[in-house]
Amino acid sequence: MTETKQNASDLREGIMATLTKQQIGSVLAKQGILIAFAVFIIAFTIANPKFLSVDNVFSVVRSSAILGVMALGVTFVVISGNLDLSVGSMMSFSTIVVLDLHDKIGPFLAIPAMFGMTLCLGAFIGFLVGYLRLNSLIVTLGMLSAIHGLTLTYSGGQNMDIADKEGTWFSVFGQGTALGIPVPILIFAALAALLGIVLAKTAFGRKVYAVGGNGTAATFSGIKRARTVFTCYIISAACVATAGLIQASRSLGSQNTVGQGLELEVLAAVILGGASLLGGSGTIFKTVIGVLILGFIQNGLLLLGLQFYVQFIVTWVIIILAVWLDIAAKRGKLLSPIA
Amino acid sequence: MQPGALSKALKNGAIWGFIVLELIFFSVAGEYLSLSDKAFMDYDNMLLLLKQSAPIGIIAMGMTIVMVNGNIDLSVGATYAIAAIILLDSMTWPIFAGLGDWVIPVACLLALAVGTLLGALNGLIVWKTGVDAFIVTLGSMLGFRGIVFMFNGENPTSHLNWTLVDIAEAEFLGLATASWFLLAVTLVIWFVMTKTVHGRNAYAIGDNREAAVNAGIRVGPHMMINFAIIGFLAALSAVVFYSESGSVNPNDGQLYELWVITAVVLGGTKITGGAGSVMGTFGGVIAIQLLRKGLGHIGADTSTVNLVIGLILIAVLFLERQLNVKGKEELKV
Amino acid sequence: MTDAKPVLHLDDIVKTFPGVRALDGVSFSVMPGEVHALMGENGAGKSTLMKVLGGIYQPDGGAIYMGDHKVVMAGPLEAKAKGIVFIHQELSLAEELTVAENIYLGELPRKSFGRVDWATLAERTNAILKKLNVGFDAKTRVGDLSIANQQMVEIARALTVDAKAVIFDEPTASLTDAEKSVLFDVIADLKSEGVGIIYISHRMEEIFKITDRISILRDGQYQGTVATADTDEEAVTQMMIGRTLDLSRNASHHELGDVALEVRGLSCGKLYQDVSFEVRRGEVVGFYGLVGAGRTEIAETLFGLRDPSAGKILLDGEEVRIHSPADAIARGISLVPEDRKGQGLVLGMNCRDNMTLPQVDDLKAGPFVAEGAEIAIFDQYRDRLDIRTPGWKQQVGNLSGGNQQKIVIGKWLSMHPNVLIVDEPTRGIDVGSKSEIHKLLRELAAQGYAVMVISSEMPEVLHVSDRIVAMYSGRIMRTFTSEEVSEDNLIQAISGIKSNEAA
Repeated sequence: MTETKQNASDLREGIMATLTKQQIGSVLAKQGILIAFAVFIIAFTIANPKFLSVDNVFSVVRSSAILGVMALGVTFVVISGNLDLSVGSMMSFSTIVVLDLHDKIGPFLAIPAMFGMTLCLGAFIGFLVGYLRLNSLIVTLGMLSAIHGLTLTYSGGQNMDIADKEGTWFSVFGQGTALGIPVPILIFAALAALLGIVLAKTAFGRKVYAVGGNGTAATFSGIKRARTVFTCYIISAACVATAGLIQASRSLGSQNTVGQGLELEVLAAVILGGASLLGGSGTIFKTVIGVLILGFIQNGLLLLGLQFYVQFIVTWVIIILAVWLDIAAKRGKLLSPIA
Repeated sequence: MQPGALSKALKNGAIWGFIVLELIFFSVAGEYLSLSDKAFMDYDNMLLLLKQSAPIGIIAMGMTIVMVNGNIDLSVGATYAIAAIILLDSMTWPIFAGLGDWVIPVACLLALAVGTLLGALNGLIVWKTGVDAFIVTLGSMLGFRGIVFMFNGENPTSHLNWTLVDIAEAEFLGLATASWFLLAVTLVIWFVMTKTVHGRNAYAIGDNREAAVNAGIRVGPHMMINFAIIGFLAALSAVVFYSESGSVNPNDGQLYELWVITAVVLGGTKITGGAGSVMGTFGGVIAIQLLRKGLGHIGADTSTVNLVIGLILIAVLFLERQLNVKGKEELKV
Repeated sequence: MTDAKPVLHLDDIVKTFPGVRALDGVSFSVMPGEVHALMGENGAGKSTLMKVLGGIYQPDGGAIYMGDHKVVMAGPLEAKAKGIVFIHQELSLAEELTVAENIYLGELPRKSFGRVDWATLAERTNAILKKLNVGFDAKTRVGDLSIANQQMVEIARALTVDAKAVIFDEPTASLTDAEKSVLFDVIADLKSEGVGIIYISHRMEEIFKITDRISILRDGQYQGTVATADTDEEAVTQMMIGRTLDLSRNASHHELGDVALEVRGLSCGKLYQDVSFEVRRGEVVGFYGLVGAGRTEIAETLFGLRDPSAGKILLDGEEVRIHSPADAIARGISLVPEDRKGQGLVLGMNCRDNMTLPQVDDLKAGPFVAEGAEIAIFDQYRDRLDIRTPGWKQQVGNLSGGNQQKIVIGKWLSMHPNVLIVDEPTRGIDVGSKSEIHKLLRELAAQGYAVMVISSEMPEVLHVSDRIVAMYSGRIMRTFTSEEVSEDNLIQAISGIKSNEAA
C-alpha cells in the first residue's frame, strides 16, 4: 500500500518535471519568432539608422497592408485545418470588379456590390470544403484557376482603369491618410484587432481551434464543423475583398493578374507567424508579425543596397528555419528521426 | 469479378473516357463553332497537341512519383526557369568558348545537373528537418525564383544556338523531339513505378509511412531521390522547351506547379499519397492540353480554359468522393 | 528446458521517459520451441518492452542477449535481420499494395536494374499463404481484404525470414474461431522448428491453451515467470493487478426514477438490428459484448452520429429524432466516447477549453466567452474528479491517460445531462483511477442520472451495473439484473449461445 503511494508521488513529481521542461521548450517555440523579429530589427537598424524612422516604418507597413489583410483571413482558414490557395486570384477579381463598377454605378454602390460578389466566391469554396468535405488544397487550386478565368471573362482580358483618376474620393482607401497615418495601415490595424479578438475571445474562435485541432473530437462535442469551416472561408473572402479595395484604390487601375502569386506569399506569412498547416494553432498577432517580418526584410535588404531578389532567398531561408525550429522544439531534437 | 472491381475499373479508365468525351465534343462543336474548316481531330493537330503537352507532361511524371510518395513539390516552376537560364546562359560562358557545338551537351548536362541538385536539396531538407514538403517547397519556390533573378535581373536571357534549334525542331517518325522526350520519360517513369523496388516502395511509403519505416525502408533517402528525380525532370522539361525557343523570361514557369498538380490529380493520383498511376497522369496531361486546344478550336479564349479546368478539377474531386461514400449507416464525422 | 540456451534473453532492462520509469529492471527469456506469454494490464510496459526489443527504443539500462551474444538493436531492420519478427497488433499494412508486396515490404526480391522479381515474389508468397490456408492469393490488393484477412497478411510476415523469435501482439483480436485455429497451427509449426515465441494477449483461455510459460509485468516492473501448467487464471490475474480480480456484482440500488431513455426496435443497417431497452433515472445499465457487437454504434446513434434505419428513440416518453451531436446535447444526452484521443479531446488545447467545449456557445459575457465562468467550471470538476494538472492552462496532451479521461468525463458532467453514455470509460487507465471512475458512475446514478456503460471488461460491467444488456453480433441476446447475472451466463449470452431462461 505504501509502495503504491510512493509510486504515485514519484509519478506526479516526474510529470511536473516533464511539464517544466516542456514549458520551457514551448515558451521558446512560442516566442522564438518574436525574438527573431527583434534581433532582425536591431541588426538592420544598426546597419542603417533610417530603418526605424517613422517614414520608413509607415512605408513598410503600408506596402504590407494588402498582403497583411489577406493573411488575416487565411489565418482563420489555416487554423481550421484547411488551405486557401485562391486568395490571389480572388483578389484580382475583386480589384477588377470594383474598378469596373466604379465608373458604371459609382463607388457607393460598387464597393458593396464587389464585396457581395467576392463573398459569393468565398461561400462557394466554403460550401465545397465545409459541407461537401472536399480536400481544400485541390478545391482552392481549382478555384485559383477558375476565378482567374472568371476575372478574364469579366474584363475581356483588358486592363481596368478608372476614367477620372483625379476626381474620385475612391482613392482614399489606398492613398489617403487620417490622423497622419496612411489609411491602408489603419484598415489593416483595425481589421487585425477585430479579427484577433474574434479568434481569441469568442466562442466562434474557440470552435475554429477545436475544428482544426481535432475535427472528430469537435464533432463529438457538438460543434458544427461544416458551419465553422464555411464561416472561415467567408471571413477569408471578406479580407480578400478588403485587400482588393485597397489595391484598386491605391492604383485606380489594374491588370487582371494583380494578385497572382500572392496566395503563396500570404501563406508564407501565416506559416512564418507559426500557424501549423495541420491546423489548430496560430494567432492573429503572430500572423501580423509574420507579415511585418516579410515586409521589413524586403525593405531592410533594399535599404542595405541589395538587389530585390535577395529578399526571395532570405525569405526562403527564414520560412524553413522558422518552421524547422518550431518542430525541433516540439520533438526535442534538431534533426528528424526518420532514417 | 471481385466486388468493387467494376467501380475500380471505372475509376482507372475515367480519365481516358473523359478524353474521348472531349474529342467527341470538340469535333462536333467544332463543326458549328470553329472558324477554321479544319477538323479538330486532324492528324497534324493531334501531333502538335502531343508536342505542346511535353513541358508540363515531363514535370508531371516527376510530380506523380513525389505525390504517390506522400509529398508535393511547389518549386518545379522555379527549377524549370533556373535550368532554362543555365542552359542558355552557359552556352555563352567564356570557359566553354572553345567547344564549338560541343557546348550543347555540356550546357544540357549542366542544366540537368543543377535541376537535380536543387531537387535533391529540397529532398534533403524534407528528410533532415522533418518539415512538411509543402512548406519546404513553398519556401524554395520563392528562393529558387530569387536565384533566377540573380542572373539577369528582370531582363530575359536569350541565346539561340541554331544547331540546338535544329535538333529541337527535328522530327523522327513523324514525332517532334519534344514528343519523343515526353513519351520516353513517361515510359521510364512507368517502368520505375510499376516494375522496380524503388517505385513499389514509393507507394508503400505514401500509403503507410510508419509501416514502411517499421519494415526497414529508408524513407528519408528514398524521398530525397524522388525530389532529385522531379528536379531532373523539371530541368529536362526546360532543356526540351528552351532549345527551341532560345529565350527565357525570369517569370517563366510561374504557375507551372499548379498546372502540373492539376494534371496529376486529374489523372487519379491521391493527394494524400499511396495511390496513382503514371498512365493516369499521362491521360491527365493530354486531357488538359486537349481542353486548352479544344476550347481554342471552338473560339473560346484563355479565360474559359482557366474557368473550365478549375471547375473540372473540383468536379473530379466531388465525383471521387461520391463513389467512395459508404452508405447511410456511415458515421457522420 | 532449463539446460537449453534461451534464444532470446532480456536482462534487467530499464527504460525511462522524462518523469516515468516505463520499464524498471525487466528480465525474461524465451527458450527455443517455447511459447512464452507476456501479460500485464494496459500501461504495464508490454509495448515499451517490445519496442526496446525491436530497436525502436534504446534501453537506458540492461542488455539483450541472443544465444550467448549480447546484441544491440539499432533499428527495426536490424532486429529483423537478427531473426526477431514482430506481428503488430495495429495493422501496419499499405492498403493499395498487393498481399505479396506487403508481406515482403522492405525486402522485395530484386532483379537487374532494381526490378522487382515478381515471379519469385509470387512463388514465395503463395507458398506461405498455402501454409496459412487462406482464401486469397499473392496478387490480391490488401485494401480489398477483410480485417481478419489483413491480420493474416501481417502474420504471414513472420514466415518470410528464418525467424529465431516471433512476437505476436494481440494477434487474435479480430480473428474468427476458424482463423484462430489456423494461427495456432502456425504457432505450433514455428514451435516445432525451434522458434521462440512471445505471445501477448489478454485472453486467458488462449494463454492457457497454447503457452508454456507466462511472464507478468505490472507498472513497468517484472513480477515473475510461472509455468502455465502450474498456475491458474486467478493466480495470474493477481500477479497482474496486485490483488485478486474483483468480480463482485453491484449490490447497492438506488431509488429508480422514471424512464429517461427508451429505445424500441432500433436498427442501423448491418451494424445492429431490432434493439430495444430502457434506462431509468438512478440506474446504471451496462452493455457487454465482444468488439463489433454493435454497442458503440448504438451509442453513436443515440448521440446523433448515425442515422437509424428503423425504430424509435424516446426521451422522457417522447419520441425524438436526433440528427447531430448538437441535437443530442440540446436534449440532454452526453457521450463519453470510446477513443479518448481521437474523439474525446483536442490534445493541443488546454484543459479548460477542452472541458467547456460543448457549452462554449452558452458561456457568454457580452460577445465574448466568459472565461471566468469557464475557469469556475474547470475548478469545480477538477476538485470533484481529482484531476491532477498544474493548472487549466496545461495542454491536455501532456496529461496521463487517467487524467485525460477525467477531463472528458468532467466535460460531459458539466453539461448536466439527463442521459450519460460512457463507452469504455477505463480503457488504458491505471487501477487506481479505474476504481475512482467506477465509484463516480455509481454516485452519478445515485444523484438521479440515467447512465449507460459500454465496456468490454467483465469486472467493470458487473461492478457498476444495475442491469446488464448482453449483445452479440448486432442483437441484444439477453438482459440481466445484477441478481441473476453470473460470469457463465453472461459469457454464454455474448457468445451467441441462447439460453432457455427468458430474459
